[in-house]
Amino acid sequence: MDQSNTFRSGPDEDGHFGTYGGRFVAETLMPLILDLEAHYAAASRDETFWSEFNDLLKHYVGRPSPLTFAPRITERFGGAKIYFKRDELNHTGAHKINNCIGQILLARRMKKTRIIAETGAGQHGVATATVCARFGMPCTVYMGETDIERQQPNVFRMRLLGAEVRPVSSGTRTLKDAMNEALRDWVANVEDTFYIIGTVAGPHPYPALVRDFQAVIGNEVREQIVEAEGRLPDTLVACIGGGSNAMGLFHPFLDDPDVRLIGVEAGGEGVETGRHAASLTAGRPGVLHGNRTYLLQNDDGQINDAHSISAGLDYPGIGPEHAWLHDVGRVEYVSVTDTEALAAFQLCTELEGILPALEPSHALAHVAKLAPDLPADHLLVMNLCGRGDKDVFSVAEALGVEL
Amino acid sequence: MSNRIDARFRRLAEERRAGLVTFVTAGDPNPAESRRILADLPRAGADVIELGMPFSDPMADGPAIQKSSLRALKAGQTLAGTLAMVAEFRSGDDATPIVLMGYYNPIFSYGVDRFLEDATGAGVDGLIVVDLPPEADSELCVPARACGIDFIRLATPTTDDRRLPSVLRNASGFLYYVSITGITGTRVGESDVVAGALARIRAHTTLPIAVGFGIRSPEQASRIAETADAVVVGSALVSAVEQTPENAAAAVSELVEELKAGVLSARGADRGGRA
Repeated sequence: MDQSNTFRSGPDEDGHFGTYGGRFVAETLMPLILDLEAHYAAASRDETFWSEFNDLLKHYVGRPSPLTFAPRITERFGGAKIYFKRDELNHTGAHKINNCIGQILLARRMKKTRIIAETGAGQHGVATATVCARFGMPCTVYMGETDIERQQPNVFRMRLLGAEVRPVSSGTRTLKDAMNEALRDWVANVEDTFYIIGTVAGPHPYPALVRDFQAVIGNEVREQIVEAEGRLPDTLVACIGGGSNAMGLFHPFLDDPDVRLIGVEAGGEGVETGRHAASLTAGRPGVLHGNRTYLLQNDDGQINDAHSISAGLDYPGIGPEHAWLHDVGRVEYVSVTDTEALAAFQLCTELEGILPALEPSHALAHVAKLAPDLPADHLLVMNLCGRGDKDVFSVAEALGVEL
Repeated sequence: MSNRIDARFRRLAEERRAGLVTFVTAGDPNPAESRRILADLPRAGADVIELGMPFSDPMADGPAIQKSSLRALKAGQTLAGTLAMVAEFRSGDDATPIVLMGYYNPIFSYGVDRFLEDATGAGVDGLIVVDLPPEADSELCVPARACGIDFIRLATPTTDDRRLPSVLRNASGFLYYVSITGITGTRVGESDVVAGALARIRAHTTLPIAVGFGIRSPEQASRIAETADAVVVGSALVSAVEQTPENAAAAVSELVEELKAGVLSARGADRGGRA
């Protein structure tokens, strides 16, 4: 990849971002992946595809989402001027729907008649079930049993939307196992089924196409911050599980060298305890779920369990473009713990009247460390990528409150 | 070096019969019993041995092999341990080909060069790595072949005539035809559909073709052996391990003998010379 002038030209034709990415899938799936790639290439050159996509984002999802100044958080931290990108106000309550709209339009172009998806926190599952209801397509969502327990409201929501939620009891019964099971379903139903992957990971072209659908976040921020402040932001912060909200925010800014980009991984009980989901901080390169990227793994190349209070970040890998951006140093990656995220969750709720999901609470927890040392004219935008209604039971439990 | 896979398929062709390829997972249910299972396979009737390198996330496998991998990992199996098993087997059997089967990450983690050196030293004859399609040949396939280790390709019902040449480009040893679109151990393709697929593939290659995924009974093995050069059985064998972990080697041997009888009952002198 030519990276002399731009960080935005990837992936190459084989789906590589540097040495990351690629197409590591079983032969049965290879023709489908190539077919998807061809259809996406055609769609992305087709103005009618994008006009339909944008129309749905505007009238169905409710975009653009606001860029909101957070006055009391700013005052409390006493440093940088803090803005929230309000993707939690999207229909279904998170950024996930942006990608689902794009992928279901692709599925329709490819004449697929059945949709499958994996979900961790349930936000991607809900978003997928939602677009399936909207377009009248049958939907099966794979979800680990552990996640089903801690995300009951979303499970019920998906079922109300007409989706079949299939509990996954293999492995650690979380997001990675749900993804294994979705891949197993896909391999058995190649003729009619489209797999809507929820993050910027998986075999090429998924990391690229999910990023392109999520880039609406960063593109809106560019316009909105200029409107509000007359210039680009100084720092962008987003949480990272697989990394789709962060990639959507960061990608339009990769070639603006003065914009500092920070991804926040889930540090769980602390990276030093081994119970965390910080793939970049504590993992090493490997191959899983169709791509080469940083993975939590043992010395024998077996995938380790991830741990996070947030089901949406509880994944032992990360999108391959993040792996590359990490290695080339364009994006900084840090981690915060469950406890820090929980404190940020409460702070945001009390001071701004916004109940954030536990995922962006991680981003806010890092902002809390960063902002106090920055000057008052430093513009910091944090992606508030999901709302926290789904998390109230987990939070209550963590705080020792009985509901 | 002598190529055990080619020699074995030459002999099968001379004997005008299909071969039996048996899959078991290295280290399942524990290292000691797994070594006994492996040692007994040739005598029970295995013509080619596929030895699974267990992986925590076997995306292309059904429940039987998933559970088998987890049992082996729980009992402490590592890739180094699997290679040591092969070396030990080789000291007593220099004829039965061993193909290691698994996923790329443990090999990538071990280091490709170091892995190939140790696999060659141990007496490994071939590799099947499920998540390395031809598009990723530079990762392992090309270096493996340079070391004299065959890279066994999988072809599936979705591998159409346009795609077959790229699947076959660096293939050697034999071709593994996956009889269904799906995961291991679930169901088997209809034998006439499989026969049609084999005819289509044989127009593109002279490599022997083994057929697998979902073959569990001697009757199914017999039907597939009518047209295939070899029949692969895996999930049924690891299920036998699951059911009788304390006496797994005997249970596996017994089942292999039955399957072999099925394979041998398939055809007489109807088709030979496909070496």
